[in-house]
Amino acid sequence: MTWIWANLDLLWDRTLDHLVLSVPPIMLSFLIAVPLGWLANRYRAGRGVILTASGLLYAIPSLPLFFVIPAVVGTSLRSPLNLVIALTLYGVALMVRVVADGLASVDEDVRQSAVAVGYSGWSTFWQVELPLAGPVLLAGLRVVAVSTVSLATVGAVIGAQSLGSLFTDGFQRGIQAEIIAGIVLTVALALLLDGALVLLGRLLLPWTRLAATSRRALRVSRSAEGSG
Amino acid sequence: MNLFQDALNWILDPANYAGPGGIPVRLVEHLVFTVAAVLMACAIAIPVGFLIGHTGRGRSLAVATSGGLRAIPTLGLLTLVALWVGIGLGAPSVALTVLAIPPILAGAYAGFEAIDRSVIDSARSVGMSESQIVRTVEIPLGMPLLIAGIRSATLQVIATATLAAYVADIGLGRFLFAGLKTRDYAEMLGGSLLVILLALTLEGIFTVMQRLVVPRGVASGRTPVDRARSARPVPGMDPAITKGTH
Repeated sequence: MTWIWANLDLLWDRTLDHLVLSVPPIMLSFLIAVPLGWLANRYRAGRGVILTASGLLYAIPSLPLFFVIPAVVGTSLRSPLNLVIALTLYGVALMVRVVADGLASVDEDVRQSAVAVGYSGWSTFWQVELPLAGPVLLAGLRVVAVSTVSLATVGAVIGAQSLGSLFTDGFQRGIQAEIIAGIVLTVALALLLDGALVLLGRLLLPWTRLAATSRRALRVSRSAEGSG
Repeated sequence: MNLFQDALNWILDPANYAGPGGIPVRLVEHLVFTVAAVLMACAIAIPVGFLIGHTGRGRSLAVATSGGLRAIPTLGLLTLVALWVGIGLGAPSVALTVLAIPPILAGAYAGFEAIDRSVIDSARSVGMSESQIVRTVEIPLGMPLLIAGIRSATLQVIATATLAAYVADIGLGRFLFAGLKTRDYAEMLGGSLLVILLALTLEGIFTVMQRLVVPRGVASGRTPVDRARSARPVPGMDPAITKGTH
């Protein structure tokens, strides 16, 4: 405990480093995954290629990927940019499937109604499909946020400063309190970003709280239908 | 591309195949270590998961714990356990097993939950005992999701076993850290490529296995469209089972 009180500045700095390292990948992966997920949902051939590629990408262990990226992109091994790229790739790999599934879950009748009342393809996407897929996208983005914050710590072993530096430093100097503080702060930061996303979801998707109750009602009526 | 050429030369260099620190030894270590941790996690998580899935009790507790465990950074867990247990194989084995439990647990109970309740009610109404229902209905139908859980646990463990080389003298990760120390990029990149190759090979094996364990009657009812629609399967609404064969 005394170590923590004596090093509050350090903990604060590492938390800020961690935030700078993990927030851009979360936002980037969402921005990249939406068009890719749309492609995967729209074109059957695209679906196979994009989903297989994202599945394989997600299977690649993080530390080796941190070493491979400099060789592909040409950045220096110690550059934090490698970490941002790698975390973005993982986020996209997770998110693409969610976007494709979310868009696919939009009722076909609703889509056709939108076309019938005169929406163009472009405005159907922005005003009908994307908002209706919103809750699914939000759920996916929350998973991306939590796993990105957790994964970003791994970069510490190749020298990218983050909350993970507390693990490597604490291990080398044998300070348990430092490692425990790092774990607690990482989990807290993950929860904080998760909470921020939930809040953002309430603002952007105000109808979802209402929908949660009606969906439950729908599920009851459907299962009654199924067993009948 | 020069860097990859160097890494390839490093992988193919016969000098790297000899002795206790050679590529074959490290590869086997990595694999044995991974399999041991996954099996240990299976022994703990599968019975508990089946129990939760069958009875429906303790589900929210399981969701909360596995969600919480997932947010814990692996490197933090590894270094902390290493400080407690001391440098050696003990720390990484404990950490890897703990990390492998949540996905397997989730796969085990989600597999049971995705089964249409009416299927289980039918089994009960034709006179099957609870243990018969578990063995002949729930386990086979839940198998694909269980395998999916074991698959993500395995991938997680392979990745973390690489990191484990930071606290113990084990596995392919040694090449990454040794290369990092001596600034030998060929060794780092070569080691990384070997880990990636290992992970993708296991991913391929699991993909095939996941297809093989789908019971025959279920597989024939599953069309690509159904699978696209089952984005967030509502328990008991698995289209593959509710729609039957067409």
